[in-house]
Amino acid sequence: MENKGWKEYPIAATIFEPGSSTNQNTGSWRNEVPERHPEACNKCGLCWTFCPEAALFLNEEGYYEVDLDHCKGCGICAHECPRGAITMVKEGE
Amino acid sequence: MGKRRGLEVSLAISEAVKLSRPDVIAAYPITPQTHIVEELAQMVADGELDSEFIMVESEHSAMSACCGASATGARAFTATASQGLALMHEVLFIASGLRLPIVMAVANRALSAPLSIWGDQSDIMAERDAGWIQVFAETGQDAFDLTIQSFRWAEDPRVLLPAIVNIDGFTLTHVIEPLEVESQEDIDSFLPPYDPPIRLDPEKPVSIGPVGFPEIYTEIKKQQNEALLGAYPVIVEVWEEFEKAFGRKYSPVEEFMTEDARIIICLAGAISGTARIAVEQMRSEGKKVGLLRIRLWRPFPFEDVRKALCKAEAVSVIDRALSFGGPGGPIFSEIRSALFPLDEKPSVLGFIAGLGGRDVTIENFREIVEETEQVLDGGEEFEYKMIGVRGD
Amino acid sequence: MAEKKTDFIPRILPLRELFAEGHRACQGCGEAIALRLLLKASGPDTIICSATGCTEIISSPYPQTAWRVPWIHVAFENAAAVASGVEAAIKTMRKKGRYHDRKINVIAIAGDGGTADIGLQALSGALERFHDFTYVCTDNEAYMNTGIQRSSATPYGASTTTSPSGRQSIGQSTQKKNVPLIAAAHEIPYVATCTPSYPFDLLDKARKAFETEGPCYLHVLTPCPTGWRFPSHLTIEYGRLAVQTGVFPLFEVIDGRFNINHSIEKRKPVIEYLKGQGRFRHLKEKEIEEIQRRVDEHCEKLMRLVKATS
Repeated sequence: MENKGWKEYPIAATIFEPGSSTNQNTGSWRNEVPERHPEACNKCGLCWTFCPEAALFLNEEGYYEVDLDHCKGCGICAHECPRGAITMVKEGE
Repeated sequence: MGKRRGLEVSLAISEAVKLSRPDVIAAYPITPQTHIVEELAQMVADGELDSEFIMVESEHSAMSACCGASATGARAFTATASQGLALMHEVLFIASGLRLPIVMAVANRALSAPLSIWGDQSDIMAERDAGWIQVFAETGQDAFDLTIQSFRWAEDPRVLLPAIVNIDGFTLTHVIEPLEVESQEDIDSFLPPYDPPIRLDPEKPVSIGPVGFPEIYTEIKKQQNEALLGAYPVIVEVWEEFEKAFGRKYSPVEEFMTEDARIIICLAGAISGTARIAVEQMRSEGKKVGLLRIRLWRPFPFEDVRKALCKAEAVSVIDRALSFGGPGGPIFSEIRSALFPLDEKPSVLGFIAGLGGRDVTIENFREIVEETEQVLDGGEEFEYKMIGVRGD
Repeated sequence: MAEKKTDFIPRILPLRELFAEGHRACQGCGEAIALRLLLKASGPDTIICSATGCTEIISSPYPQTAWRVPWIHVAFENAAAVASGVEAAIKTMRKKGRYHDRKINVIAIAGDGGTADIGLQALSGALERFHDFTYVCTDNEAYMNTGIQRSSATPYGASTTTSPSGRQSIGQSTQKKNVPLIAAAHEIPYVATCTPSYPFDLLDKARKAFETEGPCYLHVLTPCPTGWRFPSHLTIEYGRLAVQTGVFPLFEVIDGRFNINHSIEKRKPVIEYLKGQGRFRHLKEKEIEEIQRRVDEHCEKLMRLVKATS
C-alpha cells in the first residue's frame, strides 16, 4: 500500500487506471496449478469462458495458456474441460 | 437587470433553480418543501425548464439519483425537509465524500416524534457533520440568491462539494415576499455550465467510490475537510462577484447594531426578522442590544464570529434545535467553542426557542435579553434555557 | 492477443476483458465469471452502478480496480437509484450536446441482498419510472461478503450464519423470494434468469437486455463455493445442476410473455443439487421431500405461466 501525502491522492480516492487490479499477483493464492495437455485439447475455449480470473489466454497456436500471476487454482477449467486437457496438480510438482 | 416580483419564497427558489439550468432534478415531496418541487415539475411540463425530473420513490433514492447524475457530469438539484433529510442521511456523507457538487434546498422542519410538519432547525442540525457547505437564508431574496450562488461555490474546482441552502419551513417557504428576479442572461453570465474534472465516461473509464482501507481513509478525509475549509474564501469571492453583477451584498455573518452592544443576540434563519424589530425596540428604550445573524454555517466562520462578538459582555444564542442530554443548542455550542480561545470573551448563554413551529415573538426576545441581563448582574447562571415552555 | 479463427468461442465472445484479472474474489467465484461474461456482452460503452457487496468489494480495493469501464459505487440499497440518475443525466446531456451521441449501456449490479432485501424499493422505483437501463442481480443466495448471513433469496433449508441449522432449526425456514416475478409484475419489456453455467444463454439474454429500450431485469444465479460450502472447482457444475433439477429454471419474460429456455419437463431429482453442498448437509429426508415438492410446484406454475401468456 502506497504511503502518499494527503495532497497526492486523487480526489475522493477515484481510481483513474482502468483494470489496475492486474498488478496484483493473485496467483500467490493457489495450492494447485492447472497442467495443460495440449494433445487432448480441441481449442473449444470453455476453460477460458469459465475462468473467474480471466487467467487463461489464447496463445499463438490457438491453445489456452495459464496466466500464473493471476490463476487462483480454483480448478473449474480442469473440471469443465470436456477432453481432460487440463488437470490440477499440486503446485511445485 | 432583475424584475421586481412578489413571489412565495418556495416558488422563488424554483425560479432560482430554473435560472441555474440544472440537468437533473430528483425529488420526493415532503411538507413544507412541496411547492418548490411542484413548481419545478410544472416548469418542466411546460417546457420552461430543460431538465430530467426523476420522480423518485424516496428521499434516499433522490440523493442517490443526484449522486449518479452528478458523477456523470450533470448539474443536479434536489429539495427536502425533516424526515426526508434524515432518510438521506447516509447518502449525504457519501455525496460529500465523493465530492459531488449537488445543490439541495432544505425547508427546515422539526423531526419526529411526535410528528411535526412545522418549522425548526432540528433536521439540518442533525446533518452538521455531513461535509456539505451550508448557508441559512433570512429573506426570500436571500433564498433566491443563495440557491444560485450555491451552484457556483459547489462546482468551483477548488471546492467540489455539495451545498445546502436552509430555508425556515413555513415561516420563510410559505410567505410571499418582494424580490428581484434576475434575467436568464444575467444568471448565465454569473453561472457558467458545470464543467466536471471527472465524470463517468466510457472514453475515460474511472472507478468512483472504491474501498478505502485504513491506510488511506484518513488522508482522503483530510482532503475533504481542507476542501470544506477552503470553501470559505471561494464563497466570499462568489459574493464579491455577485455584488458587482447584481448589487446585493452578502457576508458570512450579518451584524445589526452590534458596535457598542452589551448583549448580542445570535441566531440563524428567518426569525432574525422578528429579532431585528425587538432589538430596535429595546435600543429605543436604552438597552444596548445587538443582533448577529449566521448566514454561513459550514464552513463555520470562526473569525467573523469572534470579531463580531468579542467586545460584547454577553452573547445570547438562540437555537431552534436541541441536542438532547447535551450542551443545549448546536449554534450555542459552536459559538461558545469558537469564542473559547479568546483571552477576553463574553459570557455565552443558550436559549432554545421556536421548536416544532412555535412562534418566536418580540416578547420572547425581550425575555431572552432580560434573562441575560439577570445573569450579567450577578444572578444565577445556567447552561441553557428553553423559552416559552409551559409548566417550567 | 492472437485472434485465431479456428477457435470456437472467440468467434462468439470478444476476447477483450473488461473485468480485469487480479480482483480479490474467492477461488471459483461464480459472480466473477458472470461479470466477465456480462461485460463481454455489453462492451466498452457501458457504465456500471454497483451496490455494496461482493462484486464491489472484490473489484475496487483502492488503488486498484478490476473495471475497464466507468464504474461507480454509492451505497448498498441504491444501485437502481444511482443508475436512474446516470441514465437521466446521459439522456438530458445528450440532448444538450454535452455527452456522446450514442447508446451507452447503463447497468446496475447488486447482489441478492442489495436487490431482494434492502434494494427492493429502489429497484421497484427505477422499473416503474421506466428508465432505459438493465438491472443485474448476482444471486449467491446470502450476504456472502459479510460472512454468509441469510437474505430473502436464501433457499429453504440452507444453513447460513444468521439462519444456522441447529438442534431446533433446519436453517432458513422461509422460501426464496421470487424477484424475477416481482420484476415481471412491473410489466417491463424484458426479464430473464440465467447463470454462468450456461454461458451462451447468459450472453444472449444480456445482449437482449442491453439492446432493449426501457428497464430490463437479469437475475443471475452465481454459485458461491465459500458460502454454499463446496469445493471451488464445482461452481459451474452446481449452476448446471440448479437448472437441471428445476431449482433455478432458465426463463424469460418478453413483454409479459413467459418463455422457458431450458426444458424443465424432465428434471433431475433435487437431491442431485443439494448433495455435496455443505449448507444443505444437515437436511433430513422430510426436508428434502419438501424441497422437491416446492420445486415441482414452481416448475408446474412456470409452465402454466408460459401457456397463460402465450
